[in-house]
Amino acid sequence: MSEAAKERPLTGDLRPDGAALSLKEYEAAGGYSAIRTALGKMSPAGVTELVKTANLRGRGGAGFPTGVKWALVPMGPDAPRPKYLVVNADEMEPGTFKDRLLLEGNPHQLIEGVILAAFAIQAETSYIFLRGEYTVAEERILRAIDEARAAGYLGENILGSGFTLHLYLHMSIGRYICGEETALLNALEGKRATPRTKPPFPQISGLWGKPTIVNNVETLSNLPHIVNRGVEWFKGLSRTPNGGTKLFGVSGKVKRPGLWELPLGTTIREILDLAGGMRDGHTLRAIIPGGASTDFVGPEHLDVQMDFDTVGKVGSRMGTGTMIVLDDKTCPVGMVHNLIQFFAQESCGWCTPCRDGLPWIQKVMAAIENGEGRPEDLDMLRGHTKSLGMGLTFCALAPGAMAPLGSALVRFKDEFDRHIRDKRCAWR
Amino acid sequence: MLTEDIKKEIDSHIHEPQHRAAACTEALRIVQRHRGWIDDESIREVAAYLGMSSHELDSVATFFNLIHRRPVGRHVIRICASVSCWVMGYDALRDGLLKHLGVGMGQTTPDGRFTVVPNQCLGCCDHAPALMIDRDLHRDVNLAALKELLEPYR
Repeated sequence: MSEAAKERPLTGDLRPDGAALSLKEYEAAGGYSAIRTALGKMSPAGVTELVKTANLRGRGGAGFPTGVKWALVPMGPDAPRPKYLVVNADEMEPGTFKDRLLLEGNPHQLIEGVILAAFAIQAETSYIFLRGEYTVAEERILRAIDEARAAGYLGENILGSGFTLHLYLHMSIGRYICGEETALLNALEGKRATPRTKPPFPQISGLWGKPTIVNNVETLSNLPHIVNRGVEWFKGLSRTPNGGTKLFGVSGKVKRPGLWELPLGTTIREILDLAGGMRDGHTLRAIIPGGASTDFVGPEHLDVQMDFDTVGKVGSRMGTGTMIVLDDKTCPVGMVHNLIQFFAQESCGWCTPCRDGLPWIQKVMAAIENGEGRPEDLDMLRGHTKSLGMGLTFCALAPGAMAPLGSALVRFKDEFDRHIRDKRCAWR
Repeated sequence: MLTEDIKKEIDSHIHEPQHRAAACTEALRIVQRHRGWIDDESIREVAAYLGMSSHELDSVATFFNLIHRRPVGRHVIRICASVSCWVMGYDALRDGLLKHLGVGMGQTTPDGRFTVVPNQCLGCCDHAPALMIDRDLHRDVNLAALKELLEPYR
């Protein structure tokens, strides 16, 4: 392991030219030694326990503890077969561009993580569910799977351990709702990607009714390093009780938009500093901390530590960890309208509040932005942030859409009022 | 008629023989790559090949964003319309591109060369604004250099 990889295990060994690590390069950096350890010396329950103790939390946005999720899978000779390990590589949360780096830069790291997770739950089949638009990743993953199979890391009786895993790449044909894990499973089955009723949870009844785990790319890419270097090292990477590092990104009108692997618990200010601060002539107004479905935070929150628990204390979520910056030259109402447009289009249509509520909100937002809003529209929008809230819709898509809207209605109340009063958008 | 080559390609995505229909989204991708778009005949052929009803397959084909149920040009331009690109100038890029090509959103140029559609977040927000042409991602797109950008796509 290189020096850089000690502090930045996910990205420290990436090639500066952006090409994928070859099998040889990945092995030279210590790659595929974790599966020798796990498959050779550990039990499946031992791997699960290790990941639980490391307090690895899901990096897809929800932050559910990975080991706890795995521990719900039926084990032993009477468990239903086959079992599945599914990789959610359908990165589609607006403003999120973190898994792309891992998929394109080190597909073998992901594959090794897949093998470890599959071993822990004793799955014999695994699917990588990849965004159709990620064409570079598609080619690199296919090559990496071939290389791994030829080297004996995938297929029958991996490294003579008796453990067998078949790994396939599935290219999605595009819908945001596939980020909801049961909708993703329907898509994998060749159906419309509508979410399923929970319970039963996928751990019990997932793909074709069999026990299934769905994990995010960044989550799985952490696994080889936890096995290789242990729980204490992993916890020590973080500045807070959440274990490990996190890929943090910044987009918007900053000097150097980008992506960095940093300790969990790094402050918003430090991350913005890495992005070079605001572009000349622009002032920071607000930040969406972790992808489109998180609440706005403001300049008063720059010292908030980015981790799964701390951001929640100021009324938002870390989400995917990729921030979108709103500057003073950009209309907040227009920005929220853009977000709502996304959610309205991506509603799967399964439940009424989401299917009918989001397009209604979108039309009203468009009217306000175009100078045709009425004062009572704001009450209607506020009402919708309640009626599309968590627990009132079939899945989390609409509540996610209400996060930026609800926080914007408070934070940017004056701007909403001004659009309606002046009958125009002052930024246009 | 699905050609033997197309059938063979679809077969390579049938990983569990008892679940043939699971390959239907991959099959739509494959047929679209060969034929440009998915017409009613393609729906019937793929459905029959995978043991589905054509209505069942059409419900899938019309659900997902990347499948075209109407004819498109030789090259499809997908402009990222999501939030980071919007902040970084999506409106100007969209208007400039449509003006340059002389078409509206969703339309195809009269010579059949390009179709322009909006796309959800392309996941390269640190290089906004972005667009894809066919399988190629173009980042930090500069409106002034559109002509050069489009040149290789004949």
